[in-house]
Amino acid sequence: MFNSLSDRLTATFKNLRGRGRLSEADIDATVREIRRALLDADVAVPVVREFAAAVRERALGVEVSGALNPAQQVVKIVNEELVEILGGATRTLRLAKVPPTVIMLAGLQGAGKTTLAGKLAHALKGQGHTPLLVAADLQRPNAVTQLSVVAERAGVPVFAPHPGNQGAVDVDIVIGDPVGVARDGVAYARDKQHDVVIVDTAGRLGVDEALMRQAADIRAAISPDEVLFVIDAMIGQDAVNTATAFLEGVDFTGVVLSKLDGDARGGAALSVAKVTGRPIMFASTGEKLTDFEVFHPDRMAGRILDMGDVLTLIEQA
Amino acid sequence: ARSGSPLGARLLAVLSRDHLTEDDWDELEETLLLADVGAGPAGELIDALRTRVRVQGVSDPAAVRALLREELIALVDPTMDREVRTDGAEPGTPGVVLVVGVNGTGKTTTVGKLARVLVAEDKSVVLGAADTFRAAAADQLQTWGSRVGVHTVRADRDGADPAAVAFDAVKHGKATGADVVLVDTAGRLQNKAGLMDELGKITRVVTREAPLTEVLLVLDATTGQNGMQQARVFGEVAGVTGIVLTKLDGTAKGGIVVAVQRALGVPVKLVGLGEGPDDLAPFDAEQFVDGILG
Ligand SMILES: Nc1nc2c(ncn2[C@@H]2O[C@H](COP(=O)(O)OP(=O)(O)OP(=O)(O)O)[C@@H](O)[C@H]2O)c(=O)[nH]1
Ligand SMILES: Nc1nc2c(ncn2[C@@H]2O[C@H](COP(=O)(O)OP(=O)(O)OP(=O)(O)O)[C@@H](O)[C@H]2O)c(=O)[nH]1
Ligand SMILES: [Mg+2]
Ligand SMILES: [Mg+2]
Repeated sequence: MFNSLSDRLTATFKNLRGRGRLSEADIDATVREIRRALLDADVAVPVVREFAAAVRERALGVEVSGALNPAQQVVKIVNEELVEILGGATRTLRLAKVPPTVIMLAGLQGAGKTTLAGKLAHALKGQGHTPLLVAADLQRPNAVTQLSVVAERAGVPVFAPHPGNQGAVDVDIVIGDPVGVARDGVAYARDKQHDVVIVDTAGRLGVDEALMRQAADIRAAISPDEVLFVIDAMIGQDAVNTATAFLEGVDFTGVVLSKLDGDARGGAALSVAKVTGRPIMFASTGEKLTDFEVFHPDRMAGRILDMGDVLTLIEQA
Repeated sequence: ARSGSPLGARLLAVLSRDHLTEDDWDELEETLLLADVGAGPAGELIDALRTRVRVQGVSDPAAVRALLREELIALVDPTMDREVRTDGAEPGTPGVVLVVGVNGTGKTTTVGKLARVLVAEDKSVVLGAADTFRAAAADQLQTWGSRVGVHTVRADRDGADPAAVAFDAVKHGKATGADVVLVDTAGRLQNKAGLMDELGKITRVVTREAPLTEVLLVLDATTGQNGMQQARVFGEVAGVTGIVLTKLDGTAKGGIVVAVQRALGVPVKLVGLGEGPDDLAPFDAEQFVDGILG
């Protein structure tokens, strides 16, 4: 068994050193390995298909250079293509010209939105901002309590006029008025001169029409400067369905990849970036307030294909 | 290249050729890939199917699909024992169910739903809030418990020793003659050695009071190939006896459990179909496979 794509590619090419050009058969064998590696990394099937075709195209034109063996050469192409998609439009938070900057969080259940709210607030506070958290998830049992605790840990205030689901009523019915809470939260921030407002929303499925409409209504009510779509790095093929549903539902402006401290390869990063064209802005890397960083497309490319070692070799060549 | 092969083999290949196009086969394979079955298992399934189709001389794509359905159902194995063990292992001890998994999969919600099912069966239930880490985790569990009138044993402060809380919950269950104790644990990623050690300790400490009758690993249906790693490591550390596949009410199919069941022999016992208290159901192999095949 070969562990990484780079090992497998090196094996595919072991007899090739010194030849002038890669044959079509060599390239097909390579592209098969790349396809498999991408699928093992949970990159979405349609994205794999397109990506493999693009790599094949470029590899066909390759001259084998002296410094790199063909395996390295192809890995280099793959890496460049990956970084291009992942980092095509990297950028940082867009702040409003007239404060407050309004940031809305959205995503599937359990993706890491509430935790991210705390991390963002903590980081922004460290940069001299005065963020306010808004508890607009009234659905999940004790989501409001959770955000309040997170706010306290981050040392920022929370706007939580409604206690949310405390168990007295069934979660199947809509509790309170999350749209109203979000709207009032932004008004409150303006009034109290908070320069950033972060609105936490309930987790929802892409296929849940009623809840997706609610998310769209929240967006319409607060006209956010950023709508961040939080997605779990462990997600598999469903990434495309979900990202597409949220793109249509709330038209998110950026992506946050969560739970990157795990050992999932995180192919979803590629799927989401490719399918939605929205930039991946941040990586969430743990449960603590400070486990949060700017997204690095080059690191992610190496992670998806598990080929950090080969990249180092290429850089040295 | 064919010319070198013996006549008999060549003849057989021609005579027993299947009549599906490569596109048909690709489409079948993609169906499996899109359900997160994984490239390895999907490839093997399709290869096996190709052989079978050739031998049996099946030529109609619909019939081949039916064969694939058959193979998948056999793999998922409807005859597996999927009962959730909630009866005490020894006289005078409650059944003890430990719920484990990575962050945000639906552990606390599943405990809440299970409590509801057990209470409906007239069982007396105690909940243990052994997630002392996440903000308001114990409150969340207690909310679920109070809804069905079940007591929650919890620590008096954040960051308390989760093993101690789990122990106290089981002890309380034993002392009060409860039928079942359900212990909720904090989400943890399987590559975090410290947190996995902590989980190992929880299982050891609880076992001192009463044997664990069921250890449920909660897997999120949206999880991709990492689910295998989750099942492996949690299986080693906590002795997982069953899987709960949550969030099947979305578009994700949860196909990773096919490989998990095959590799580890741990059956999926329950499925989560929503956020409400009644959205928990026994796993049904045929329904699950039909979900995968669309
Ligand atoms: N290891 C790790 N855990 C994380 C990360 N982000 C969030 N979590 C954990 O994931 C779980 C879910 O996080 P939440 O922030 O509650 O997720 P959410 O999207 O608000 O969930 P809902 O509101 O229920 O939809 C919690 O246990 C968090 O501690 C991360 O980057 N790494
Ligand atoms: N749609 C759907 N959502 C679910 C299901 N099960 C749980 N959820 C939601 O998923 C989110 C996370 O559920 P929790 O029960 O808090 O998950 P957890 O595993 O306890 O999370 P941590 O303790 O933070 O690791 C919540 O928003 C739940 O309402 C399910 O079967 N379907
Ligand atoms: Mg939340
Ligand atoms: Mg929990």
